[in-house]
Amino acid sequence: MTTTTTAALVPLLPFLGAVGGILAGRRAPGLVRPLALLPTAVAAVLAVVVAWQQGGGRALDASTRLTPTGSVPVDLALHLDGFAVLVAVLVGVVATCVQLYSTAYLRDDPRYPSYAALVSLFTSAMLLVVYSGDLMVLLVGWEVMGICSYFLVGHYWETEAARAASLKAFLVTKLGDVPFLIGVFALADDAGTFRIDGIVRTAASGDLSHPTLTALLLLAGVAGKSAQFPLHTWLPDAMAGPTPVSALIHAATMVAAGVYLVARLLPVFAASTAALAVLAAMAAVTMVGSAVAALAQDDIKRVLAYSTVGQLGYMTGALAVGDRGAAVFHLVSHGAFKALLFLGAGVVIHAAGTNSLAATARMGGLAKRVPDAFWTMTVALLALAAIPPFSGFFSKEAVLGAAEHAAQGEADGIPGAVGWTVLVAGLLTALLTAAYATRLWLLAFRGSGQEAADHGRQPAAMTSVLWVLFVPTVALGLAAWKLPDWFDGGSLTPTLTTSLLSTGCALAGVLVVTAAWRRTAALTARTPLGAVAADPEEAPAVSEEEAIATHEAAYGSVSGAQDPADPGRLLLGPLHRHAAAGFHLDAVVHAVAVRPARGAARLARFLDREVVETYVRGAASAPGLLGAAVRRAQTGNTQTYLSVLFAGSVVLAVAAVLVASGA
Amino acid sequence: MHLIYPAILAALLFCTGLYGVLARRNAILVLMSVELMLNAVNLNLVAFDVWLRDELHAGQALTLFTIAIAAAEIGIGLAIVLLVHRNRGTADLDRLRDLREDETTDGTTGATDREQKAEAAS
Amino acid sequence: MSTHGVALASGAHGFLSPTGVEVAFLLVGLVTLGAAVLTVTTRQLVHAALWLVVALGGLAVEYLLLTAEFVAWVQVLIYVGSVVVLLLFGLMLTKAPIGRSPDADSGNRPVAIAVAGAAAVALVWVVVDAFRRTWIDLRGPVQGSTEVSGEMLFRYWVLPFEALSVLLLAALVGAIVLSRRGKENEAEEPRRKEEAR
Repeated sequence: MTTTTTAALVPLLPFLGAVGGILAGRRAPGLVRPLALLPTAVAAVLAVVVAWQQGGGRALDASTRLTPTGSVPVDLALHLDGFAVLVAVLVGVVATCVQLYSTAYLRDDPRYPSYAALVSLFTSAMLLVVYSGDLMVLLVGWEVMGICSYFLVGHYWETEAARAASLKAFLVTKLGDVPFLIGVFALADDAGTFRIDGIVRTAASGDLSHPTLTALLLLAGVAGKSAQFPLHTWLPDAMAGPTPVSALIHAATMVAAGVYLVARLLPVFAASTAALAVLAAMAAVTMVGSAVAALAQDDIKRVLAYSTVGQLGYMTGALAVGDRGAAVFHLVSHGAFKALLFLGAGVVIHAAGTNSLAATARMGGLAKRVPDAFWTMTVALLALAAIPPFSGFFSKEAVLGAAEHAAQGEADGIPGAVGWTVLVAGLLTALLTAAYATRLWLLAFRGSGQEAADHGRQPAAMTSVLWVLFVPTVALGLAAWKLPDWFDGGSLTPTLTTSLLSTGCALAGVLVVTAAWRRTAALTARTPLGAVAADPEEAPAVSEEEAIATHEAAYGSVSGAQDPADPGRLLLGPLHRHAAAGFHLDAVVHAVAVRPARGAARLARFLDREVVETYVRGAASAPGLLGAAVRRAQTGNTQTYLSVLFAGSVVLAVAAVLVASGA
Repeated sequence: MHLIYPAILAALLFCTGLYGVLARRNAILVLMSVELMLNAVNLNLVAFDVWLRDELHAGQALTLFTIAIAAAEIGIGLAIVLLVHRNRGTADLDRLRDLREDETTDGTTGATDREQKAEAAS
Repeated sequence: MSTHGVALASGAHGFLSPTGVEVAFLLVGLVTLGAAVLTVTTRQLVHAALWLVVALGGLAVEYLLLTAEFVAWVQVLIYVGSVVVLLLFGLMLTKAPIGRSPDADSGNRPVAIAVAGAAAVALVWVVVDAFRRTWIDLRGPVQGSTEVSGEMLFRYWVLPFEALSVLLLAALVGAIVLSRRGKENEAEEPRRKEEAR
């Protein structure tokens, strides 16, 4: 089997699995789990095979044209380079882990067949995006991912939060996708093809007619999909979906698609300094803002969601300084440890019966109840905080190194200011990241108070995948010496200055939060708080659904909690309230977009009900009134009728005589 | 003889009959007025027949026919009036108004009356 | 022939020199018209029938003056003799009040006056305008004698005459059927009275 055929099978298998799962759903329930698991697992293996065969060599291109499609041809094209094959391996592995995890997590869910089929369909679409060499085909996968995300976020559609979150996720990403589509058309118009290699060649030779405008249009779609400021607000709310979905779609893969796309089309962005500057500013604002917001969140998954937004900010920052190798390196390592964090969070939520950090802080011995999750999450949080020698340290070092490189003016065509922006924001975020990672760890696992209830051992399907993902979390950093062969060739190994700076920042963050926690930990006993949903017999998803549904009732808001024992509250001071609400960006959006739209809808309703329908009613009532008038003439008196008849005859006769006599 | 004498007499008789048809209340008086109108037509027919000196005497023939038809009409008409009087107790035209358009027709009021009675009984 | 008559007549006649026939026609016409007006205005129903007799009789005289003898006698026989009698029977059978009845006219009277007046003005205007200078030549053989009438009826108008006899028969049968007090009517009588109550 050639590499190309194997690569074509990779997205195809999960798609067939999705179709089979939907068909089998009701008729053969026993087939649903194998149909969900096996095609994805085989696709992951095949992705590894493709990566092995490609081996970081020259990019493989294959294409076939099914049918002529007008002026600009659309090809079914594969483009296999080092980025594509490695990201595909990440997608395949994480998807397989998530499918395995879901079999236990949603084991009694009546909607499991459709859920598994949608996850398979999503995996297929993501792999299509990764492998595709044609922007139109890529766009198909891009939109299929969007709709799968919509359905999966709304999986617990019985809860208000999930319904609102799924709609919000869909609308906000679509808001970015419209300019994105226009940008794709602009690119195809300039290059005369939708093929990515053709577009990249055109951009590299400087033949784009409006590079800045095109890049900004594409950037809107990337910001929507990759949850960058100001279109990031859907991602924290999307945590209303099941935890495996958050791990797969909203941490490891779909949100990385935007970054991946920019990496593929980097020459287009590099053609415009303004676009790079916007990208850098977007990355800086996103990183710092989301890290502060993460420090104030109470829902464990929302902390991770804001963390995802911030790590994606690192990736866009790396792209802004023109180093896509660093960006994709961070993408892969982040995908692994963030998926691990989410899946571990699912275990914790099930064991604790709550998703609130305020509640787990008042719960002793949670670490003993879930030892697998405790150890793997500890390492993953260290990786997130970029503590050496874990993978996060190396990939973040690559990003910061690239930024420093650009700040020194050594990068070709990148302004020094862009490099400085990314570097300063990156270091500040490193401190904040370490801070919220420490806060999460301390509040989740070092709580004091009543012992956590014992629900028995967690299902093996859930704990085993944690250890599977534990391997890359620990060891992927070593790839820093090997990966440049697969990527563009730029160095990804840590440099001394940035290593010392960032590790120092991270350690400072850890120490500050630990000190704050020592002061506030005593308060936990004095302020009882928290609600726990205990369903030890049910599937883990039930606990999570109840926790999401009751968070607002129990703690006053979907995101924050009124907990004086929170070290984040002590550190942020008056900023805490705003950070918990995501800096009120939702309120701004509400004022800027939602209220005018509602007003316009009211106006349209008024115009329809009062103006248009007046004409309609008039058209009905005018004949009605006329009819009433005519009806009044129907007295039933024969003599009246005869009188009118004769009067009419006389008038007609006179008229006829007048006409005949020519008067 | 001047032709306008019979012609004007016929016109005036016709209009008198017309007035009677439109103004009289009793159906038999209306029938009498109809006879007046028919006779006005007859006078016209005879006068013009005599004036034209028609070989076929169509005017007089039609006059005779009209008289016969009028006799038939009065017979049928009176029979109808009698029938109406027998069924309704009146021969007044303006009280025979079953065809009038009303907000509430007799049928529905009767129905509601019956419903009310049924409610009262139960 | 008629144009010849017109030309001949217009030369020999004038408005202001009425002949004896004309004077008689005018006087009888006035009586007829008066009787007709009384017929449609009197408040006594039986009087109306009697005034109708006068009007119809006056018309018979007018026919005689127009030399239509046969029509005149038929008029007397059928109208005065039978139709009026039928009407009187009808009045009695419908229990018409004897004496003055205040409600002989319906509320439609003003409209009736207006319509009839307009029709009269229109008709008289048209007739006068059309026949101002037309005279009937009454000299020569009588035009409506029994002989002439019989000849034209049975020479030229036989078929309509026979058809008319069928029509009369049908009317006769219809009148009998309508006025017969049928079994259904008797059955309906008590129910109708109940509804009226």
